[in-house]
Amino acid sequence: MKEKLEQIKAEALKQIENSDALEKLNEIRINYLGKKGELTAVLKSMKDVAPHERPKIGQMVNDTREEIERVLEQHIGQMEKALREAKMKKEVIDVTLPGKKNNVGHRHPNTIALEEVERIFIGMGYEVVEGPEVEKDYYNFEALNIPKDHPARDEQDTFYITEDIVLRTQTSPVQVREMEKGKLPVRMIAPGRVFRSDEVDATHSPSFHQIEGLVVDKNITFADLKGTLAEFAKELFGEDTKVKFRPHHFPFTEPSAEVDVTCFKCGGKGCRFCKGSGWIEILGCGMVHPDVLKRCDIDPDEYSGFAFGVGLERIALLKYEIDDMRLLYENDSRFLKQF
Amino acid sequence: MNTALSWIKAYVPDLECSDQEYFDKMTLSGTKVEGYERLDKNLEKIVVGQIEKIERHPDADKLIVCQVNVGNGTIQIVTGASNVKEGDKVPVVLDGGKVAGGHDGGPLPEDGIKIKAGKLRGVPSDGMMCSIEELGSDRNMYPEAPEEGIYIFPEDVKTGADAVELLGLRDTVFEYEVTSNRVDCYSILGIAREAAATFRKPFVPPVVEVKENGEDVNSYIAVEVEDKDLCTRYCARVCKNIKIGPSPEWMQRRLAASGIRPINNLVDITNYVMEEYGQPMHAFDLDTVAGNKIIVRRAKDGEEFQTLDGQIRKLDSDILMICDAEKEIGIAGIMGGENSKITDQVKTVLFEAATFNGANIRRSAKRLGLRTDASGKFEKGLDPNNAKAAIDRACQLIQELGCGEVVGGTVDACEPIKENPSVKFEPERINKFLGTDISKEEMLTIFKMLEFEYDEERSEIKAPSFRQDIGCFADIAEEVARFYGYDKIPVSLPNGEATTGKLPFKLRVEEKAREIAEFCGFSQGMCYSFESPKVFDKLMLPKDSGYRNAVKISNPLGEDFSIMRTLSLNGMLTSLSVNYNRRNKNVRLYELGNVYLPKQMPVSELPEERMQFTLGMYGEGDFFTMKGVVEEFFDSLGMKKKAVYDPKAGKEYLHPGRQANIIYQGETVGYLGEVHPEVCDNYEIGTKTYVAVLDMPKIVAFATFDRKYEGIAKYPAVTRDISMVVPKNILVGQIEEMITQRGGKILESCSLFDIYEGAQIREGFKSVAYSISFRAKDRTLEEADVSAAMKKILNGLESMGIELRS
Repeated sequence: MKEKLEQIKAEALKQIENSDALEKLNEIRINYLGKKGELTAVLKSMKDVAPHERPKIGQMVNDTREEIERVLEQHIGQMEKALREAKMKKEVIDVTLPGKKNNVGHRHPNTIALEEVERIFIGMGYEVVEGPEVEKDYYNFEALNIPKDHPARDEQDTFYITEDIVLRTQTSPVQVREMEKGKLPVRMIAPGRVFRSDEVDATHSPSFHQIEGLVVDKNITFADLKGTLAEFAKELFGEDTKVKFRPHHFPFTEPSAEVDVTCFKCGGKGCRFCKGSGWIEILGCGMVHPDVLKRCDIDPDEYSGFAFGVGLERIALLKYEIDDMRLLYENDSRFLKQF
Repeated sequence: MNTALSWIKAYVPDLECSDQEYFDKMTLSGTKVEGYERLDKNLEKIVVGQIEKIERHPDADKLIVCQVNVGNGTIQIVTGASNVKEGDKVPVVLDGGKVAGGHDGGPLPEDGIKIKAGKLRGVPSDGMMCSIEELGSDRNMYPEAPEEGIYIFPEDVKTGADAVELLGLRDTVFEYEVTSNRVDCYSILGIAREAAATFRKPFVPPVVEVKENGEDVNSYIAVEVEDKDLCTRYCARVCKNIKIGPSPEWMQRRLAASGIRPINNLVDITNYVMEEYGQPMHAFDLDTVAGNKIIVRRAKDGEEFQTLDGQIRKLDSDILMICDAEKEIGIAGIMGGENSKITDQVKTVLFEAATFNGANIRRSAKRLGLRTDASGKFEKGLDPNNAKAAIDRACQLIQELGCGEVVGGTVDACEPIKENPSVKFEPERINKFLGTDISKEEMLTIFKMLEFEYDEERSEIKAPSFRQDIGCFADIAEEVARFYGYDKIPVSLPNGEATTGKLPFKLRVEEKAREIAEFCGFSQGMCYSFESPKVFDKLMLPKDSGYRNAVKISNPLGEDFSIMRTLSLNGMLTSLSVNYNRRNKNVRLYELGNVYLPKQMPVSELPEERMQFTLGMYGEGDFFTMKGVVEEFFDSLGMKKKAVYDPKAGKEYLHPGRQANIIYQGETVGYLGEVHPEVCDNYEIGTKTYVAVLDMPKIVAFATFDRKYEGIAKYPAVTRDISMVVPKNILVGQIEEMITQRGGKILESCSLFDIYEGAQIREGFKSVAYSISFRAKDRTLEEADVSAAMKKILNGLESMGIELRS
């Protein structure tokens, strides 16, 4: 019996050794280990073995089975591995072929610039508010110290709907609307569309966007205005950006200033971009005029504030080096895709 | 405003600085300098030379050979100029020097023209004699220069002297941008005062003393101001025995540098004083003034008047006129009349220096279409005190320059001059406002430089009358800040009560709209808010459509920009058209922008502004692609109820069989569809185009960013597929409605997997197949549950005339 088992084992291992396909190995498993296999036959012939020998023989059969199984599994494993490798070899792809894109759409450069500005000011505790684009003359002008026939009205060629209704020429009327609500302190920015009667060309558009900023609180100082806008400029244009405040005049702020930032192309050395000056004008600002506060029922002896206005297109054109404002309103997909 | 620095320095004699330094410091103290240009740019090695001898060129008829003494020797110059003679003193550019332009007076080259010694037709020439054009100017500014040829100096100039300096070109012209509140700075004296304060040097204005002839002006002229509301001061002076001639060179040079062409002494003096004092003046020929009387009054409606430029102007009763006893002789503050204008034969001149109501002048100039230098100044509101100072200055110059004699006294019709309010001087408050620590003494020094009065007893500051912009605490704080230096003010951040930065809900929904649109392949466009009324026809809107009631702009840039849009579609289709015409493929755009709906016609209150989310596309994709975007958007806003798509949308501009209103919770929140082929033609889009428009105020009302976890199903779903033959007129939406109604609580979803019309289906029917899925949250469904639900569904469908296919 023992010899028989040895013989079966040797035969099986030899067959396994010589197998070159998975199917053959399966056949071997069936032939030797299956219900009708040779080892089963040996077990079945146990009844012919003397009872006291049976456990020993049984043990031997099991050992033989385990050995065959072990070698079989090992071979199957190796063969599967080889097959997988052969398969993968055939599956080599050209990884330099183009990716399959979802073709997502693109955001308008104005919006990208606006979102950046909003992010900066929301981080500083400002609320974003909106006001009407078709506005009362009172809010656009009179409440901002620009009565009828004021020379400043010439500087902002206005579209009129009626004598008392205009297309707002600036986002500043939102200042007044916000202060009129009577909730203090105020920290707001108001982005939006404004209109001036300029013919369309590379640097002008009858419709463009501004972002107004307003802070009203006790003890607000000109130094606060400087600090806030310096922070803003650094966030928007980079840590090394410097700002310069030049005195200017706006009817609704006093003192007023125009703000230049160091040219972010040349870092202030002077280039074609900044026309050699090293500085680029980006916004106007000032301390809210006491008359404007009073008109909104805010006591200028107790409260003070600052306001600023940024041209959104100006920032977008500068930041993205767009050389023609008309591109912003044509909506050519080849333009939009670049943002 | 352009001005030579030398003129400023005349009144700030101690001012010493480089051009760049002046530029920087003036800008930082609030007098913005736009730019500057040196007049002697590209003028190098140019001296006065005296021609000692002229000989003919041996080989050229048109050339002469000159021996020219240039101070330190004599050089030979060959020239083609024909206007020089022996003994003339001329500008000579030496070998290696530079001139600004060519002799023909064309555009000046950026780097000038280098001059080198050489030979002309074989004869050596060691330099060049210059015309005024070669020196970078022209005869407008140097009327004494010959029409063609070499500029010739007066005999008394020194040979070898700096010719550039003699011509007044060692100077720099600065261009200022004066803000509208600083009317005083539209003058040399105003800017000089600012310069003096900026550099902390003394300001030395001209000393005005008029030598009069002993006669009394009242015997020459009387002035009556009828409309005192429009004319707060009218000063009149008379000069007689006028001798018209050229003004002196120094005056011509200063005017020329300011861009004003010298004419004659009388005109130049009025222009000079206007520049110097910022006060426009007018000169009448007194012999044309009837009745020796000036009356200032409003014109009569419909009258006509010829101004001194020869034009006939139509007047109205809001225009202020200067009249004599019989007739009108000038439009106040704007332009004089042809009938009283100065000619070379003038004997006696009547000078006017007045202050008129700025707003009135501004309106009148606008209505007349006649903006002049004078009206530009008057409309800003001039200082009445300045009128008297200016007229005296003009008379002083008449007398000093030998232009005539000045009759004694001034006729002065003057309303009480409004003084500037006194402002409480509170140094601590100024410091608190600016965030600074400036000493009281420093502030007072600044006020003194600016000629502000300080009343120590009352602790009050009062600005002079030419500073009408100063009226409150903030104004004087600004003066302190400007001259202390904005750059020296420290930086800090507001430190009050903390506030939370916020993006309001509406804007968050718009942000989500952008995200979803972009995710679905749409790029953001921006369109104008105004458009042409023709778009309504382009969009085939019926004549009585409410959308045709639009807010009209009363002064539009043209018809194309004349109404505020009531629909967002035109902007979208125009943008798609631009892309189509540029052959851009597969274009998908979206826009977030307002439409403006008038509350009444004609408009008398602010219109309603409604934000529209507009999507448009052509190329890949169809109606259902667009519908998918809408569904994605609703999902992203937590709008989980089923939206109804009603094909009876009634949009004339959309394909009648491919349009739907989008109804959510019974509310129409927008529409979508394929653009009507005729509308596509109107926009020259030659392919199928799809649009969707969502009315954001309505969407915002339904949107929510709140989410609740509902659990993941633990028990298996049971799915049944059904296949139906459906009458063509039944919409898939109706089938779904029925399945939803009848499916009961265990219905999880139903999804269309096939729809077919054609050969195997009989006429008037279509084949529709659905996969219906059931699931219970708390148990595994039994066959009986599903069969019962299916039975109800099938009965319902059959009642609609639908047959089941097995």
